[in-house]
Amino acid sequence: MKKKFQFLLVLILCTRLNAVNDNLIISDSFPSKLSEFGFFLDDSAQVPHENVIPYELISTLFSDYSYKQRWVYVPGGKQAKYEENWVFNFPVGSALIKTFYYPVDERDPELGMNLLETRLLLRKENGWEAVSYAWNEEQNEAYKKIAGKTINVSWTDFMGNDRDVRYRVPNVNQCKECHAAKDKITPIGPKARNLNKKFDFKEGEFNQLTYWMNRQIIDDYPMELVSPVDWTDENENINDRVRSYLDVNCGHCHSPTGNANSTGLYLHLDETRKIHLGLYKKPVATGRGSGGLKYSIVPGKPEESILLHRMISLDPGVMMPESGRALSHTEAVEMVREWIMVMED
Amino acid sequence: MLFSAHFQAKEIIIGPGENAQEDLQEALILMSEGDTLLIKSGYYLFEDGLSLDVDDVTVIGEGMNETVLDFKNQQSGAQGFLVTSNGVTLKDFAILDAKGDALKVIGSKGINMINLRTEWTGGPKSTNGAYGFYPVESEDVLIDGCVAIGASDAGIYVGQSKNIIVRNSIAQYNVAGIEIENSYYADVYNNLASHNTGGILIFDLPDLPQQGGHHIRVFDNKSVDNDTDNFAPEGNIVGEVPRGTGIIIMANSDVEVFNNVMSGNGTVNLSIVSYSDETDDPNYYPHPRRIQIHNNTYGPGGFDPDVETGDLAKALFEISEGNMPDIFWDGVVPVSQMIFGQPKEDKLKVDENRDVSFLTISPIKYMLGFSNPVRTEKKEFKGVINPLEPIVIDGI
Repeated sequence: MKKKFQFLLVLILCTRLNAVNDNLIISDSFPSKLSEFGFFLDDSAQVPHENVIPYELISTLFSDYSYKQRWVYVPGGKQAKYEENWVFNFPVGSALIKTFYYPVDERDPELGMNLLETRLLLRKENGWEAVSYAWNEEQNEAYKKIAGKTINVSWTDFMGNDRDVRYRVPNVNQCKECHAAKDKITPIGPKARNLNKKFDFKEGEFNQLTYWMNRQIIDDYPMELVSPVDWTDENENINDRVRSYLDVNCGHCHSPTGNANSTGLYLHLDETRKIHLGLYKKPVATGRGSGGLKYSIVPGKPEESILLHRMISLDPGVMMPESGRALSHTEAVEMVREWIMVMED
Repeated sequence: MLFSAHFQAKEIIIGPGENAQEDLQEALILMSEGDTLLIKSGYYLFEDGLSLDVDDVTVIGEGMNETVLDFKNQQSGAQGFLVTSNGVTLKDFAILDAKGDALKVIGSKGINMINLRTEWTGGPKSTNGAYGFYPVESEDVLIDGCVAIGASDAGIYVGQSKNIIVRNSIAQYNVAGIEIENSYYADVYNNLASHNTGGILIFDLPDLPQQGGHHIRVFDNKSVDNDTDNFAPEGNIVGEVPRGTGIIIMANSDVEVFNNVMSGNGTVNLSIVSYSDETDDPNYYPHPRRIQIHNNTYGPGGFDPDVETGDLAKALFEISEGNMPDIFWDGVVPVSQMIFGQPKEDKLKVDENRDVSFLTISPIKYMLGFSNPVRTEKKEFKGVINPLEPIVIDGI
């Protein structure tokens, strides 16, 4: 009897030790170590707690070819509410967790990975807050970096080329630059339409929205959803691919509610006005960002289009997006080049 | 601190050192309302842009020549210093050689920029950043005692903002010295704009969230010797400004220009023009109206018109047959007004000394090929000046 009790106690202790720390998520300050949250059973192997659910997005932001793993945590008994055309309205105590890493060699996953940072969006009483934790060299702990951090990192790409990058962990203000809408911090990715795809969970392959419903972390989702296309899917129409890419890479700032609304250039999915999409749109306060070109987009003439020029550039005073990119996204540049080339007036 | 409203307000001090970049950025993030951050005198070299998003704080250096933030090695960040919060005072430091804009302020209510310097130290170059001071979509904007040098667009640029005072400042060797664009309620006074391409520009552009710029007073300024070749990258509106323009008013309403000194401007001291490019924006009014010009002093002007840049100098040179005026109005009004005349209350008023020369054209006569489309008699533009209300910013 006594033994049984001891066993039970150990089990309870273990479970408690392994629980996600709900109080830390809503507390006023951020702990200095990522492991304190208890999101992962094994931090360095990135094995999540059972209630920390992995997910993927159909269309994702380019971050210097880094890989990203995403998880969502919704505290027990609560649900995120579906919102049309917007991210789910997550309850207080929720967390969105995103780890950035490079595989040592893209051709061989067995060789392991270099963890760079884990970004958190934490839903506190007064709204979302953003913070990033940068992984140490030993790769066994990530530490809070309020002011960001520079990590010089290299990896081998699919072609066997050695690549290196001055990777920037964003500071808290830079998080806000993209994650602000109407002056409040908001998640960008987890909109129902952007989650509407299959994912290989440990229980098997399911549509993510179905799985989230089954796990009861969302209250609802619509049966009919117009999802953005996966921009890498060459079977899709090029206009849809580019608009999807621009939406997720530019549209959070370049929209009437975003940080770049003063430019009048709007690249979110819902924009339909040609001038605001950049066709024959003159720069406003672009300065040398224009590269001596006259319009954001000149149909048929990618080399005369400022939008493409700023996607290609690596000069901090010219390049777009303003933060989070140190390399040119060659594949996307080629796609946008083709899009402008075949575009009609 | 005895009577401070912020009971726990504290002063944070940052000095030069190896970790200054991270220390300063972290302090800018962690400071709280009411706090003051002091950046000690010294030379600070940064690789990344700085940003501030905390309301009601002061960031102060020990002088625009003593506390120097240098961004020549900048690797990331589109500006030197970015402010996105309200009730901010920045004072007594310099921002040098930023890769993009030097100091950008977005959506701030209450931003004071006092005794600051923004400079690109390699002289006028198209590779310099666009703006020195760049508040946009802001309200209650004060720029006082500042110095802006070398911007490839405008040294001091206030865009899509409201309630603005730009005073006691110096803008030199920029493309535009001081530019107020798509903004409402601004006082620009007691500034020196010299050796720019254009001294002071009051502009309005289409297809933007805020347009219809109006109620701008430009007075007691010196816009002199603006003699730097236009070095703006092509595509930008200021790229069309010819070298040697003192003050240009484009497509704004209710602008009062008085008690300024305009001199040594080789193209033209003062011009009032419409936005001349095509636009389909139905909400945009491309013509200046209710512009009042009086009691200004004009020195030599028009002696070296820059006909290579934009259309203004070329057109003016042709129309005036080389006889460049002190004041030019392009005369362009909506078609209906060309035929039926401008509403009386919209008309340009010019009340200047007898010896000040003036030139405008009648576009309809010009288009129809009349031999004398030019008018140089400014008497007919004389009228009672209705002074605009001064701008008041609470607490300033």
